[in-house]
Amino acid sequence: MQQAGRVFWTRSRKETLAAWLFIFPDCIGLLVFVAIPMVLALSLGFFSVDGFGGYRFVGLANYNRMLRDPLFMKSLGVTVVYVLCLVPGLYISGLGLGLLVRQRIPLIGLWRSLFFMPYVVSLVVVALIWKVMLIDKVGFINRILELIGLRGRSWLGDPNLSLGAVLVVTIWFLMGYYMIIFLSGLQDIPREYYEAARIDGASSWKMFTQITLPLLRPTSFFVVLVSTVSAVSGSQAFDLIYVMTNGGPANSTSLVIFYIYQQAFKFNSYGYAAAMASVVVVVLLGMSVVLFALTRGGRFHLQ
Amino acid sequence: MLIFATATFAIVTASPLVWMVSASLKEPGEIFNSGLIPQHPTIDNFRYVFTQLPFVRYMMNTFFVAGTITVVALLFHSMAGFAFARLQFPGRETIFLTIFSTFLVSLQVIIVPLFILVQKMGMVNTYAGLILPVTFNAFGIFLLRQFYLGIPIDLQEAAIIDGASYWAVYWNIMLPLSRPILSALAVFFFLVNWNAFLWPLTITNDQNLWLVQLAIASFQGQYSAAWNYIMAASVVVAVPTLVLFFVFQRQLVESIKTSGIK
Repeated sequence: MQQAGRVFWTRSRKETLAAWLFIFPDCIGLLVFVAIPMVLALSLGFFSVDGFGGYRFVGLANYNRMLRDPLFMKSLGVTVVYVLCLVPGLYISGLGLGLLVRQRIPLIGLWRSLFFMPYVVSLVVVALIWKVMLIDKVGFINRILELIGLRGRSWLGDPNLSLGAVLVVTIWFLMGYYMIIFLSGLQDIPREYYEAARIDGASSWKMFTQITLPLLRPTSFFVVLVSTVSAVSGSQAFDLIYVMTNGGPANSTSLVIFYIYQQAFKFNSYGYAAAMASVVVVVLLGMSVVLFALTRGGRFHLQ
Repeated sequence: MLIFATATFAIVTASPLVWMVSASLKEPGEIFNSGLIPQHPTIDNFRYVFTQLPFVRYMMNTFFVAGTITVVALLFHSMAGFAFARLQFPGRETIFLTIFSTFLVSLQVIIVPLFILVQKMGMVNTYAGLILPVTFNAFGIFLLRQFYLGIPIDLQEAAIIDGASYWAVYWNIMLPLSRPILSALAVFFFLVNWNAFLWPLTITNDQNLWLVQLAIASFQGQYSAAWNYIMAASVVVAVPTLVLFFVFQRQLVESIKTSGIK
């Protein structure tokens, strides 16, 4: 009997058991708190959930409602504008700052830290600070503008300006993060390339377009992918909106992810919110697929 | 010239944070009237924040929740990372890829079903509900697996030949070796969870369980024009993150840099 037992527990079987035990907690956790909600997110859209936890199958009713809901359409529009402005904004500011902080100038460590500092503070604090600073007439920003002769405006009160204000604040918050990402990518470019180019008499601009940009492709891909996904569904898309503008004025800053939250937790339309969330998931998946296809699987062959 | 531009731009970037501190030290009448330096600096706002609201309690709640999440997540992720990197078992690659695919799923997207699920599990308004649902994330597993892949296999082989169990290899060899990445991730996780807003907002309405971000966001509702109090409360909430930043800047930057290497 002893013999049989010892033969069963071969080295590889012991290793497999150990491995399963090691990955068990995370797998269970991910299954329960990520995978199952993911599946539920897709199926919950076909139900109507009332305030007492009762479920009623309603087929495509939620999806029909979506198509007829002007506020949902508005939030989609706002989200599209937001993404189209934020992704290039973050790319340019991240790359710009990354290049800027590579200089060997005095106190560069301090400047680098200052650019990164906004990211460290929470979005709630960020929202509160800017909310005060952007106040009509007496806010810090308007007073400075008036000091230099420009007209102050109702940045958070004018539906035409509010999304712009939110975008500026968002870029201010996130640019330090992307600066670090680009910095890391820039540091991977061998110095010899630049030296060789300088010997050949290439201009800074030429070095930038012929060496820097091409060799930054993996980093650029990462930045565009991550910034796009987080523009649609990241925490800054919710936290900042909720505290700073609450979707207003006149729903001009109502991003899709915010609208979903509102429908679920303010109006108790859980099924409807889930239906909209599943649309967002499908769109995100689609965007990722497109991005991967456009760049041929995100693999870059560097000469 | 570029030096001047860089320095100016950096200072301008940081100025809203400086403004927050200055506003927190001003009397109500002064907030919109004076420049960056308060003319009659006062700490009354801070006194108010700590006496009128159980702010210390909120900070302790947040410290407990963020700390627990950090420790538990790092323990589980390092275990899983070790297994994926260093142990052979059937289905290893498939399972890892499945886990990797959850990257696309952010809290904001699954908030509705997650809430309903956690509610059914009876964890609304509990510390467990604040901690468990947000502890599991593919990010940490991925990074730790990358790290363990880089550790020479001989260390592990030698230990196993000497008869060590896999747990002993993990606990006595791998863990101590991963101190750099663990400290980087610890700072990052703690920061993210100290700053968390959406999940605490969703899962608690019991004021005793409030976390700091929730507290200051609600503060705004109650004291809508009392910006001096709101700024003082914000300073209190922001200080731990800024301290973490100054002390552990290198580790923070490291975790961000390594996450870019996909």
